[in-house]
Amino acid sequence: MPLAVYPGCSLTGSSREYMESVEQILKTFEIPYTFVEDWNCCGATAAHNLNRKVAEALPARIIALAEKQGADEILVPCAACYNRLKSSQKKMDEDKVLKGQLSEMVGMPLDNGIKILNVLEVIEQSIVPKLNEKIQAPLNFKAACYYGCLLVRPGNVLNFDREEDPQSMDRIVEILGATPVKWSFKTECCGAGFTVSRTDIVSRLSGDILIDAVEHGAQALIVACPMCHANLDMRRKDIEKATGRKFDIPVIYLTQAIGMALGIDHQKLGLNRHFVPVSI
Amino acid sequence: MSRIGVFICHCGENISATVDCERVAREASLMEGVLYSIDYKYMCSDPGQNLIKEAIKEHNLNGVVVAACSPRMHEPTFRNACAEAGLNPYMCEIANLREHVSWVHEKGDATTQKAIDLVRMLVEKVKNNKPLLPITVPVTRRALVLGGGIGGIQASLDIANAGHQVILVERDPSIGGHMSQLSETFPTLDCSQCILTPRMVEVARHPNITLITYAELESLEGFIGNFKAKIRKKAKSIDEKLCTGCGLCTTKCPNKKIPSEFNEGLGTRTAIYIPFPQAVPNKPVIDKTQCTYYTKGKCRLCEKTCPAQAIRLDQEDEILEFDVGAVVLATGFNVKGTDFFPEYGYGNYQDVITGLQFERLASASGPTLGEIRRPSDGKIPEKIVFVACAGSRDPAKGIEYCSKICCMYIAKHAMLYKHKVHQGNAYVFYMDIRAGGKMYEEFVRRAIEEDDVKYIRGRVSRIYERNGKLIVKGADTLMGGKPIEIDADMVVLATAGVASPKAEELAQKVHVSYDQHNFYAEAHPKLKPVETNTAGIFLAGSCQAPKDIPETVAMASGAASKVIGLFSNSELKRDPSIAVVNRMPPPTYTTCVGCGLCVTACPYQAIQLEDIKDRKGNVVKRAAYVNPGLCQGCGTCVAFCRSKSIDIEGYTSQQIVAEISALLNDE
Amino acid sequence: MDFEPKIVAFVCNWCTYAGADLTGTSRIKYPVNVRIVRFPCTGRIDFMLLLKAFDEGADGIIVSGCHPNDCHYTSGNFHARRRWMIFRNLIDFVGIDIRRVAFSWVSAAEGAKWAEVVTDTVGKIKELGPYSEYHQISKSFDGGAK
Repeated sequence: MPLAVYPGCSLTGSSREYMESVEQILKTFEIPYTFVEDWNCCGATAAHNLNRKVAEALPARIIALAEKQGADEILVPCAACYNRLKSSQKKMDEDKVLKGQLSEMVGMPLDNGIKILNVLEVIEQSIVPKLNEKIQAPLNFKAACYYGCLLVRPGNVLNFDREEDPQSMDRIVEILGATPVKWSFKTECCGAGFTVSRTDIVSRLSGDILIDAVEHGAQALIVACPMCHANLDMRRKDIEKATGRKFDIPVIYLTQAIGMALGIDHQKLGLNRHFVPVSI
Repeated sequence: MSRIGVFICHCGENISATVDCERVAREASLMEGVLYSIDYKYMCSDPGQNLIKEAIKEHNLNGVVVAACSPRMHEPTFRNACAEAGLNPYMCEIANLREHVSWVHEKGDATTQKAIDLVRMLVEKVKNNKPLLPITVPVTRRALVLGGGIGGIQASLDIANAGHQVILVERDPSIGGHMSQLSETFPTLDCSQCILTPRMVEVARHPNITLITYAELESLEGFIGNFKAKIRKKAKSIDEKLCTGCGLCTTKCPNKKIPSEFNEGLGTRTAIYIPFPQAVPNKPVIDKTQCTYYTKGKCRLCEKTCPAQAIRLDQEDEILEFDVGAVVLATGFNVKGTDFFPEYGYGNYQDVITGLQFERLASASGPTLGEIRRPSDGKIPEKIVFVACAGSRDPAKGIEYCSKICCMYIAKHAMLYKHKVHQGNAYVFYMDIRAGGKMYEEFVRRAIEEDDVKYIRGRVSRIYERNGKLIVKGADTLMGGKPIEIDADMVVLATAGVASPKAEELAQKVHVSYDQHNFYAEAHPKLKPVETNTAGIFLAGSCQAPKDIPETVAMASGAASKVIGLFSNSELKRDPSIAVVNRMPPPTYTTCVGCGLCVTACPYQAIQLEDIKDRKGNVVKRAAYVNPGLCQGCGTCVAFCRSKSIDIEGYTSQQIVAEISALLNDE
Repeated sequence: MDFEPKIVAFVCNWCTYAGADLTGTSRIKYPVNVRIVRFPCTGRIDFMLLLKAFDEGADGIIVSGCHPNDCHYTSGNFHARRRWMIFRNLIDFVGIDIRRVAFSWVSAAEGAKWAEVVTDTVGKIKELGPYSEYHQISKSFDGGAK
């Protein structure tokens, strides 16, 4: 069965380039996929702070839709969406009554057996085996892989390889020809949801991340989360003001980095959409 | 023919106030098989007991029912009285008329009727009783102590000083254990080695102690009083009789860069080595995994150097066998390494060390000769952070328990640091301070108040390196969760105390139970803290759970006293209320079919299958056999047995069925 | 006359028997209907003995031992619990009224709880009435067998 893809709001708005690059590499590696039709918001931070039922019902509907389409697996590139879908799936697994209620709420049958995958998992599973042969332009720089929080935590829900010092992105980046640096802020908070309300906090936290990456010799930050990208890229001016330092280190989505190594046109990967120019 | 006497006690008025004791006695006298029945004011008093004794003699009674207080109170009293009158004590049963009748019901016919029912129940039981003799088991008065840390040393010395032989087996080349690695000890700050080494020497010199180092238990068979232990004495590659311990070989060994276990990897040793200067025995061993001769086939420098010609490169492991009567497990504990903590750098930062490593830095015999210098560049740290509960009390890390010693040793470490680096700053991140113990709280207060150690209540979320500093990120929960960052020069993690690496394997070898963390399980958490569920095997020290030196020593002495108690007789007498498998004349031999269900049911490994042979020695059947030395009499096997071939003496199916029938057929 | 049920209690020596002793020591009153049979451990209880008790005329049965993890013999009560789970289904299937068997944990410190367990059980069995169905069947069998 083809892979279902759930874009979520960020990937159709502020992080369009993430979706573009995801599609580019899926096409390059001939991985068939369809978008989840009639998809809705995952609920993100708002729902689970306000109404727990709705917080579970929103991802449940997405799961139900994907299952209705006949997909066995669903790719969720946005880390926040991924986190929401995974935790709802786990809650339903553990609580059959809840599952029944949610099925009723969304008005669709819910098998809940679909496999929810993040970008890293899809790459490791379907792309890495064929990656070497397709590389045209090996990345020749030092990269700091930044996983952030939503992709790896909580450990008992997401079962990431090493919660505090994850490795999978580093492994992929190494295949692309880049040198992953050992640094300390791989999973530190970027400020995430405060990007609108408390930019001062975002500037400080994201600034710490940039400082640590640069001081460990990184020439690029590799990310897999639209929030991380927004804070580190879009808020660069605020960060520079807050830290009193200049940073020209670009922030690249992992899928863009793969595209670059494959020799795909930068425009097609959406690299031109970044605030901090990607010139490496 | 039953000749039963029934004795009804008034217990002053405790029973007689609600139960018509005279009527009970009257009714009892009418019961089948009851020859004599009487009520009396105080049956447990001397005259009361004499009444029973006289009646037994006069009426030649072969069974006694005393209707009085709970059997948990006076069963031994009345059984002794019977024994003194020549009646087998197990022919006496107690009907509980006080706790189960008079004290819980109002006065009335129904209450008296219940008393009568209970008496009838036990009369019927006694009819099915049979005389039992205490089980005797011969005892080999020699103890095996596994582990030569302070626990094993204390247990060995106590047992040896009581005049019994002790085999003390230590896995490492020297005894001393973790205590020998410690710098100073809380709460007195006296030097660990100064108080320990005299004990170590005493062990080596003690005429009753056979010390076997660099050795491990290979197997243990048998049961209480009668164990057979096989010890694997690893080849030390030296002739211990010839070796004088001069140490010349260790100076010539070219292989000098091996991380020293004794110094927790902060120093080095050679391939032929004496682990530390005060080692007992003070003779080297060759580490075969590191020695160039064993790995590459040449060198033999030590052999050429040795003035006593004591090097034996062709020496092989030896298996030694001992008969022992008791075993003390004192195998100690270990601490988690810094690599256990992803958030603290996965062990990649050299200057993030464990508490045990700090002990070596602070120890006068350590790699820095007692100066606090950080491992990466040897600089004296100006800011040092101690992190309590690193792993402990953290379900996410799989370690829910408190490691118990850390609060105290962190206070000690911080103090030692401040005493040595006066201008330095010491910070402690803690969850709670657990300083229960004599002079313990005062000790921690001293660290805070006199030595100005800054205690911050909060956990450390992350440690990372920046510009040669270790950035410690935490929160001060007493300041409303205010985030705190300290740029430290060195961080000491009080890593969780965990079971010794081979604890599980050893537990399986000796058949003791252990918990999910591989700490050995005591027989009862309150009342049998040094016993295990396997009779004759005792626990000392932190192999049971993390504990400090005073507790370990106390527990070791406790275990030793149990061993000495066991050795106080050449035979062990045990309660005969144990399981037995029936035996009958040929051709049946037994109704047991040897299915082995009881073997798996037994929590004490007391049941095995054995061959039953006919007179010619041919095996005719395979059936269960209960080892009377091990059985505790729980009866789990009885309920398991499908062919009703196993039963518990004193609680046989026949007795219980008789009781039930008697209770319910009062007409 | 009011129906006074006959209730047999199978208890372990170390927890519930001692707990029932404590009920006495604390002078807590409970109905007179119960008769206690002492076992070394609930693990010893062959549940066929329950049938035997019904057979002999019991209207209700209490089985009680140490709380899980408190067993004097480490694991006897776990065996009893597991055995009971299976046995309960079996006797339920063959038509025995499982409401007449109360399974409980009473520790040596729970004197009050023992009184409660007995009081509750007696109340329940009084409501259910005498177990005449079973007694009649067993009588007719006895007649045949003996």
